[in-house]
Amino acid sequence: MSDSTIMLRRNFKHTLRNPAAVFNSVLFPVVIMVMFVYVIGGAFDVGVDYVDYATPGMILLAVCYGLSATATAVNSDMTKGIINRFKVMDVSRGAVLTGHVVASMLSNVIAIAAIVGVAFALGFRPAAGLTGWLGVTGLALLLSFSVGWFTVALGLSAKSPETAGLGSVPLVMLPFFSSAIVPADKMGAGVEQFAEYQPFTPIIEALRSLLAGTPDTTAVITSLAWCAGIALVGYVWAIRTFNRRA
Amino acid sequence: MSDSAIEVTGLRKAFGTKVVLDGIDLHVPAGTIFSLLGPNGAGKTTTVNLLTTLIRADGGSARVAGHDLIKNARGVRAAIGVTGQFAAVDDLLTGQENLQLMVDLKRAGSAVIPGLLERFDLTGAEQKAVATYSGGMRRKLDLAMTLVGAPQIIFLDEPTTGLDPRSRRTMWDIIRDLVAGGVTIFLTTQYLEEADQLADRIAVLDQGRIVAQGTAAELKRQIPGSHVRLRFGDPAAAEAAARVVPSATRDDDGVTVRVPGDGGTASLRELLNRLDDHGTHAEELSVHTPDLDDVFLALTGRSHPATEASTR
Repeated sequence: MSDSTIMLRRNFKHTLRNPAAVFNSVLFPVVIMVMFVYVIGGAFDVGVDYVDYATPGMILLAVCYGLSATATAVNSDMTKGIINRFKVMDVSRGAVLTGHVVASMLSNVIAIAAIVGVAFALGFRPAAGLTGWLGVTGLALLLSFSVGWFTVALGLSAKSPETAGLGSVPLVMLPFFSSAIVPADKMGAGVEQFAEYQPFTPIIEALRSLLAGTPDTTAVITSLAWCAGIALVGYVWAIRTFNRRA
Repeated sequence: MSDSAIEVTGLRKAFGTKVVLDGIDLHVPAGTIFSLLGPNGAGKTTTVNLLTTLIRADGGSARVAGHDLIKNARGVRAAIGVTGQFAAVDDLLTGQENLQLMVDLKRAGSAVIPGLLERFDLTGAEQKAVATYSGGMRRKLDLAMTLVGAPQIIFLDEPTTGLDPRSRRTMWDIIRDLVAGGVTIFLTTQYLEEADQLADRIAVLDQGRIVAQGTAAELKRQIPGSHVRLRFGDPAAAEAAARVVPSATRDDDGVTVRVPGDGGTASLRELLNRLDDHGTHAEELSVHTPDLDDVFLALTGRSHPATEASTR
């Protein structure tokens, strides 16, 4: 068993010990989804069935919402002394962090599955074939991986578990200022431009096009570039912070 | 491996402009207990952090278990076990799972777990989350985790600070057992008694410098012995007492007299008889045995800062 696998098992046990956190990270996106699709969505004219429009954004929201738990967990490790035990053992330096990233991805997968399940129950009928679904899965996992590393870095940099949890709030808010809920061109000036150029919009557009069975190559390539960039920044930032904090 | 477990030359560390370790030299033979004695802020934890590869030195060199600290940090890590001041345990896991985690990471066999639980008196609590453990139990679990994989050299940073007297004795017994099994112990403490009880050699650390190094007996020779302190009702009585007991010295307050002694009952009885014979009666008597404060006074010419703050 590799060091990373051992650390992943540890993180996974932590998650299982705290089912309320998992429930919370699944429940919140589902509630938002039901609220927008059932309660508010009827008022939005987006050209297609609203549940079809909203689901890709909700997948993104589900990923982001789970991140605060990751940031808090990473920071607890750093501030509660156990990290020093790992550091003075002949253990791969990145294993602790990799464990957190993969655990974060696993809980993301659970939340995404729940969102997609609820979407189907609400009448979501995507046109995507097998290739489309594979593309959606791949992109969602890549997104989860890259924001996972970014969140690990956030968690490492924060002073306490509480501030680490708060640090991920912008990531939770970002989907609301993207084309997740309504198209960017329906937003006010300033917000519209922000929504258009922020990384989540092309990712949502890519997911939307893949689910609709009409892949938007530009959006997919832009998404891949954003994900790679976020992952790289997160990874470098995380490793540097990890090595600096004794 | 040579018979030297830890060899340190000119180790230096500063945090910003504050010099924490100002060039220390240490030599710890394999299979012995070495104690680094000093008050809070002397640099004890920094020394442990440097020697266990947690932080990097600014200067000097060190070999731990025959491996160079800088060039072969992994070799050092594979040979050592560390129990710091604050229990490095995973609160969300059970005691058993914490030990299993160490077994997995050190590629050791799970067969050691029941023995460790029993040795540290944790049998029965192994299925409970560590978050529910008492401070003493956490310390014991922490040390049990350190022992997984049978490290050659064990660093213990103030292992008994905050423990009740009974747990402290248990910890001492465990440390003695470890050394009997061939392990080298590097122990930091702020208690002279602990160093005295356990250590083969003691180094006294003060403000980042080693001010004395030797066996407990060697160090004690540098410390003034125990003395009896007598307080009298008025300066005249104190003066009279000082006259009849030639070795006595008078304190500045004028009513207190110090008489050096060996701490035994025979010399105390002799002193009291002598006072009685001359019709002098003290209002209060106290026996003062040497403590860290005396060591510091003797070695550095000033009082132990921590003691000073807490007793005055």
